[in-house]
Amino acid sequence: MSEQAKQRTPGASESALPALLELQGLVKRFGPPGSGLVAVDGVSFEARAGEVVGFLGPNGAGKSTTMKMLTGFLEPTAGSARVMGLDIGEHPERTKAAIGYLPEGAPAYPDMTPAGFLAFCARMRGMKGGEIAEAVDRAAERVQLFGVMRQPIETLSKGFKRRVGLAQAILHEPPVLVLDEPTDGLDPNQKHEVRALIRELAPRTCIILSTHILEEVDAVCTRAVVIAAGKIVADATPAELAARSGSGRLDDVFRELTLGEAPKPEGATA
Amino acid sequence: MSESTGVLREPPSPFVAAWAVFRRELGGYFATPVAYVFIVVFLLLAGVFTFALGGLYERGQADLQPLFNTVPWLFLFLIPAVSMRLWSEERRGGSIELLVTMPAPIWSSVIAKFLAAWAFTLLALALTFPAWVTVSRLGEPDHGAILAGYAGSALMAGAFLAVGACVSAATKSQVIAFVLGASACMVFVLAGFGPVIEFLRGWAPGWLVEGVGALGFLTRAQNFARGVIELADLVYFATVIAAALIACAAIINAKKAD
Repeated sequence: MSEQAKQRTPGASESALPALLELQGLVKRFGPPGSGLVAVDGVSFEARAGEVVGFLGPNGAGKSTTMKMLTGFLEPTAGSARVMGLDIGEHPERTKAAIGYLPEGAPAYPDMTPAGFLAFCARMRGMKGGEIAEAVDRAAERVQLFGVMRQPIETLSKGFKRRVGLAQAILHEPPVLVLDEPTDGLDPNQKHEVRALIRELAPRTCIILSTHILEEVDAVCTRAVVIAAGKIVADATPAELAARSGSGRLDDVFRELTLGEAPKPEGATA
Repeated sequence: MSESTGVLREPPSPFVAAWAVFRRELGGYFATPVAYVFIVVFLLLAGVFTFALGGLYERGQADLQPLFNTVPWLFLFLIPAVSMRLWSEERRGGSIELLVTMPAPIWSSVIAKFLAAWAFTLLALALTFPAWVTVSRLGEPDHGAILAGYAGSALMAGAFLAVGACVSAATKSQVIAFVLGASACMVFVLAGFGPVIEFLRGWAPGWLVEGVGALGFLTRAQNFARGVIELADLVYFATVIAAALIACAAIINAKKAD
């Protein structure tokens, strides 16, 4: 397994770094056993610090469901996920403490201000006293939230809301960062900022981000995991992946890989 | 991320997390007009029913019976208004995903949210103190009985809130949470209400009448209001609260992903 994982881990340069994240045969079935929908169907991969894994796939392929399982929001129907060697089912609190998570759509409490919301998250993470203000300031600076820290979140633009969610995810300097569509709905400048932030965090962090924007994979990911109909159909560096198509373009590979067995990825390649 | 790579941050104790949720929730009530509307309406109605309709002065007795008779009926529709947003809002806005993926068990949030709602309701209840002051100036009330009456009202509020929290966890819609919560509370109130018991007695077997009567909040609250604190009543309210909160946590676990 580890030999195979090393081959599939070009970004980590065969280092002896332990896998921060290990997914093994993860399955999620919704509805009654036997008849229900299989959203995730045996997903396995490992990731290390320094890796930025782009989780790619059409809408409904199982990206979000996989992320919800590895962050402990959903219990897997079968298989296991380990964070820093600990099973998420056996040590839910300890593994959650090691993860920073930006759920899809960056939910927050709309009537709170970013300052209040981030302080709340810091307390939930076990920070105390001066540590809270320090962490909030540092995260707010990283995502450039100054100027809106005292406005209710519901009055903020989509870009700022997303940044609040990002700030919350990096607040406790987690070794594992799980970002579900971190740049969705942002304008080009904001996308650029988020990517710069990801690059900045990358050397010390294991980052999994889902996206259906292929240029993003090129821009920030050291590795692309393509998922279609709940199964991994490719796991390689963006360059390797692009080389597989005649045109050398990622979107062509994406279409080839995902169209066969998945629902039509409407707008997914945009 | 400085030197934190590979360092496993210890999760907080569940009580630390619960305190964070409690603070956030309680602050949340006062961040919107909800809290003020609730308190004003509650005090207004409590005043009208106690002084004008309950005949606090005319009775010529220095006690707060009219207040404690009124409170259950006010709670019946005001408390579901407090509890309706507890979990349905989290589910509708998606923040439940954030809460569940924080390094704290869900029961700590269930208890914290319940306690915050309870603390808020108790504040409203405590603001009826001018009635106590009034009867104290006019006569020599049994302060112990009044205290017991407040304790009974507080426990009943807790039971209503726990049931309301449970209902709120089952739906994303606050309106549905309100209607179902009020209906559930209605069942608990009416179960001990005289006319309902009389109606049942006409045809139902004795054990059923007793059973339904024992479920009711009203008779138990009236015991308190008379200054009688019985262990059975305390156990009853504690059981209702605990059972409703356990059900609440189970419903959240089952429905969080919907």
